[in-house]
Amino acid sequence: MANILPPGTVAPDFALHVTPDQKLSLTELRGRPVVMAFYPADWSPVCGDQMALYNELLPEFQKFNAELLGISVDGVWCHEAFTHDRHLHFPLLADFEPKGGVARKYGAYREADGICERALFVIDKTGKITWSYCSPVAVNPGAEGILQALEDLKK
Amino acid sequence: MAELKIPISAKDHMQGNADAPVILVEYGDYECPHCGRAYPMIKRVQKHFGAKLAFVFRNFPLNQIHPNAEAAAETAEFAAENGRFWEMHDAIFENQESLGLEVFLLLTEKLKLSSAGLRQALESNKYTSRVKSDFIGGARSGVNGTPTFFINGNRFDGAPEFDELVAEIDGRM
Repeated sequence: MANILPPGTVAPDFALHVTPDQKLSLTELRGRPVVMAFYPADWSPVCGDQMALYNELLPEFQKFNAELLGISVDGVWCHEAFTHDRHLHFPLLADFEPKGGVARKYGAYREADGICERALFVIDKTGKITWSYCSPVAVNPGAEGILQALEDLKK
Repeated sequence: MAELKIPISAKDHMQGNADAPVILVEYGDYECPHCGRAYPMIKRVQKHFGAKLAFVFRNFPLNQIHPNAEAAAETAEFAAENGRFWEMHDAIFENQESLGLEVFLLLTEKLKLSSAGLRQALESNKYTSRVKSDFIGGARSGVNGTPTFFINGNRFDGAPEFDELVAEIDGRM
């Protein structure tokens, strides 16, 4: 498994498309916690469950004022179709060009497969990673680690 | 290993004795096909172990992909308040192909409960917070999808099949 960026590291900035005509950068979200969920691909069954779970938990993440971002190498149009089909209410970032460029910076790119790891990062309001976790690619990592990490931010 | 964060209490829906050597908890979604398949399997597991096993059902509806899951869960909670949880739980799973308000009202009438009462409970979101609290408790315990089972508080990560579940429960007896 990849060596993902550990807690204590400053989260590398990025600016990626969230819709065909809109980009989002990490610095725009300074001042509030950010949850980044790298996942291998839209449509694959496990990610579907993982994203569906996070979708249901959005109100819970919002209690921490946290922003949730899904990120994979799929293109914007693919993300748009996936978002629509699954009724997702959080942004999916397209790490599409250069492919996996952001995932590489986070140590969350699977070179051999050309897809992202199933890796989670919780970033505090100053832009520092406070928790990270890489799950086996076929295993849904769930949300308990994220919720705990968000809770720990308050301490 | 993921562990059940919300202890079993009187608020839970339980079949069997709380003092049973093994308590099996399911986090389920009434509209999830995998839960639908698990439903008769659980009945077999319960029969197999008899009084040595207690079974608890908690709600984990994935509403954005299962549009009837929340109302189904709330219908079962409505029945619970009238002491008929398990009959409704079973009836909903047995009608999983045709879930919707019409069926929920019909099943309510079949149990000789007030369909007007159900309608009002659904409209006023009377049981929404109860269902939500099951859901959040599940997410905090490592429920990633449905069905997820816990055996004496430890998440069961095997396949939701009779043989695997029985073997795991046997190991805890």
